[in-house]
Amino acid sequence: MIENFDPSVVDWSRAQFALTAIYHWLFVPLTLGLSFIVAFMESLYVKTGDPEWKKITKFWMTLFGINFAIGVATGIILEFEFGTNWSNYSWFVGDIFGAPLAIEGIFAFFLESTFIAVMFFGWNKVSKGFHLTSTWLVAIGANISALWILVANAWMQYPAGMHFNPDKVRNEMINFWDVLFSPVAINKFLHTISSGFVLASAFVIGISCWYLLKKRELSLAKKSILLASIFGIISSLYLAFTGDTSARLMAHKQPMKFAAMEGLYNGQDNAPLIVFGFLVPKEDTVPPVSRTLPLRFEIPKLLSIMSFHDPNAYVPGIKDLISGNKKQHILSASEKISRGLVARETLKKLREAKDNKDQRSYDSIRNIFSEETFLKEYFCYFGYSFFKNTVSLVPSVPLSFYSFHTMVGLGIYFIVFFILIFLAVYRKKIEQSRWLLWMALFTIPLPYIASEIGWVLAEVGRQPWVIQDYLPTVAAVSHIEAGAVQTTFWLFAVLFTVLLFAEIKIILKQIKTGSNEGEK
Amino acid sequence: MITAISIDLLQHYWWFLISLLGGILVFLLFVQGGQTLIYSLGKTENERTMLVNSLGRKWEFTFTTLVTFGGAVFASFPLFYSTSFGGAYWVWIAILLCFVIQAVAYEFRSKPNNLLGAGTYETFLFINGTLGTFLLGVAVATLFTGANFTVNLDQLISNNVLSITRRVPNDYAITRWNSSAHGLEALLDIRNIILGLAVLFLARVQGILYFMNTIDHPAIYSKAKKQLLYNAIPFVLFFVVFLLILVLKSGYTFIPDTHQVTIEPYKYLHNLIQMPVTLVLLLVGVILVLYGIFISLMKETSSGIWFSGTGTILTVTMLFLITAYNNTAYYFSYSDIQSTLTLQNSSSSYYTLKVMSYVSLFIPVVLAYIIYSWRSINNKKIDENELKEDTHLY
Repeated sequence: MIENFDPSVVDWSRAQFALTAIYHWLFVPLTLGLSFIVAFMESLYVKTGDPEWKKITKFWMTLFGINFAIGVATGIILEFEFGTNWSNYSWFVGDIFGAPLAIEGIFAFFLESTFIAVMFFGWNKVSKGFHLTSTWLVAIGANISALWILVANAWMQYPAGMHFNPDKVRNEMINFWDVLFSPVAINKFLHTISSGFVLASAFVIGISCWYLLKKRELSLAKKSILLASIFGIISSLYLAFTGDTSARLMAHKQPMKFAAMEGLYNGQDNAPLIVFGFLVPKEDTVPPVSRTLPLRFEIPKLLSIMSFHDPNAYVPGIKDLISGNKKQHILSASEKISRGLVARETLKKLREAKDNKDQRSYDSIRNIFSEETFLKEYFCYFGYSFFKNTVSLVPSVPLSFYSFHTMVGLGIYFIVFFILIFLAVYRKKIEQSRWLLWMALFTIPLPYIASEIGWVLAEVGRQPWVIQDYLPTVAAVSHIEAGAVQTTFWLFAVLFTVLLFAEIKIILKQIKTGSNEGEK
Repeated sequence: MITAISIDLLQHYWWFLISLLGGILVFLLFVQGGQTLIYSLGKTENERTMLVNSLGRKWEFTFTTLVTFGGAVFASFPLFYSTSFGGAYWVWIAILLCFVIQAVAYEFRSKPNNLLGAGTYETFLFINGTLGTFLLGVAVATLFTGANFTVNLDQLISNNVLSITRRVPNDYAITRWNSSAHGLEALLDIRNIILGLAVLFLARVQGILYFMNTIDHPAIYSKAKKQLLYNAIPFVLFFVVFLLILVLKSGYTFIPDTHQVTIEPYKYLHNLIQMPVTLVLLLVGVILVLYGIFISLMKETSSGIWFSGTGTILTVTMLFLITAYNNTAYYFSYSDIQSTLTLQNSSSSYYTLKVMSYVSLFIPVVLAYIIYSWRSINNKKIDENELKEDTHLY
């Protein structure tokens, strides 16, 4: 939470993770989308035999390679950071989280890295068919890589398929399919990869339009635009659809995040959706949170429909979730804290009985941990026992609110943008519409922004939890000094920034050089 | 079906997979070793380009294997991940940085307008090849020499004062490192240094043998042969000393019935004797490595890498196995002996290990497609003509 930022180990660890994740996410979505775009291009080459398509494929593949390398470089840090900076978390969830990560290594990373070599070095060495297959396998491998890590992230938003093992003080997986096919995981995966498709389409269109403005590479540019605009339309529509599902899932599974991103202080029936609005800083409310100004543009009942498929449905606000609402059967935060404390005390007694080798009391307490009521009414609030102050349970409203609204606004813009581009190129009018070419050029950074703030919403909105309701972020960090993390934060910040600049410079140079000498 | 299998077997199976991954990883460090020799073997720009490109086609495998190695450790023995990574912070961060700079170096090195210049990216490759391999060796050596940590699972719930004041460092942490050097103290133990140097020189030896195998260029070949001798001698020296230390040193035994850990003199020697298969395979591995080096020095051959590569995988895998098999505590704590990590107390649950074991059945498929695609693009040696034709140059 930015507003109470203080230079402690938790904040520096969060800052470092955010830094790495944000940098990593500058490169990954392009890899996800561009891998499919080059696979489409190469398919057209193999189908038509037109050498022009081969040239186009190789041009975009070069940019793909430069971007891929730096994505890999930032990715390895993320994986190891779970251990170096979040060692408690690694133990508490390792039994669930480790499995998808290992599977990702075995299935996806090797698929990607094996066939990327064929894709780059195999042009003159393997058959056309094998080369095309390799390109497709790189695209599939890259996107499956995203599946496993998103399954893990989805689990942090909505823990499923596990139980708590008091003997090991950790969560253990009991159903792999529940973890893999949790609705949050599936939707998160689809939403995230389609955001990559949108980003890559806008990237390809933007650069191609720059060529048209410069009156260069005309054939490459127009063919690329046509392909990318079709891919863009489909992906952006799908992105909106999965975004809608994502909001509904959030309303059910993470109501606090949902309320924060809508700036909803008081819950209500027939809740309207705010399309455009501003927040006022913290008010004298309990808890003190930012709220939306009365001056705003909203669509009546839409929020209720969006979240519960019912215009009359009650959408709980921050106040309900903190103070409770008997009528709506919402527990207050302080009630959750006391239930969490019961769970914690029970666990403590069990551990003591074990240490004292008191088998009888151990057995009787151990039984409690398999009782449905205990698990559903008490243990599910275990994480709340770490909190004294209920205000800490509210994430940053401004960050969540503005991230969400900007992301949705941009999402709608992308649909319109891709349709405009497609119509212009289809009617062969794109070269004359210079405003559209400029617009395309300036659209390149927008999906990057939308995609990054999507992650800001996902991660900041979940705070103060690292695992929703089970483990607070403060309890998850390693036992290291803030100074150490501060040092590595700056190390990474400098290194990544330098590498990012190098990457941008190289890519710009490659674009200026164009397709003829694309590789040199 | 796997359902009939005990957790004990699953733990041993996963330690075997980790050992095997470790073996493959050390073999693949030939990329890193090769990176340290670009200037000693390549005197002209053309020669250096050839050397870099022959490695550039393989670096991702080493990198991916390292990532998978980390993932497999996390998945099967999360308490080790939590303890070692969170505790020996500086060693792991240094290793990570060495690999981050490698990942961009190949793709950026020869591209125009690359901000830092080709020389910087070559320096990145050199740092990755020297410091990266050395530190990996040091980190692995701590499986034999121990580390300075405590583990207390109750720490997560031990706090009576229920307030989230921002403690520095985290009071809830279940694993603690008792040295403020956070892992760098491993560099003070000469035994760790020796294994680190052995890995570094082994990587260089393998790098040379790889060049001899892949590059068709007489000048590089003859220089490689000379360098092979200079690197093989220190490698053999450091490795033999490490083996001697190993068979003479004591280790920690885990007693399954009492869950206690006790010290046992000559533990690793006992392991080799009590598990004769590991002893035999270890010796076969060592002989293969030496044979690979020997024939490359004595004959006009390019196949040394196959012998030394197979030998490396065997040797390293066996070394990993004797750190944990035969009830050995694989990561012992010299500040609190009962915090010591064993296969039994640090593994994932039965269910998770079982699920992952099903997944691991696909490993042969992965190996098959890797071999198939390597062969398809590597069926002929790299020479100067090929570099002129190639469209994706590093």
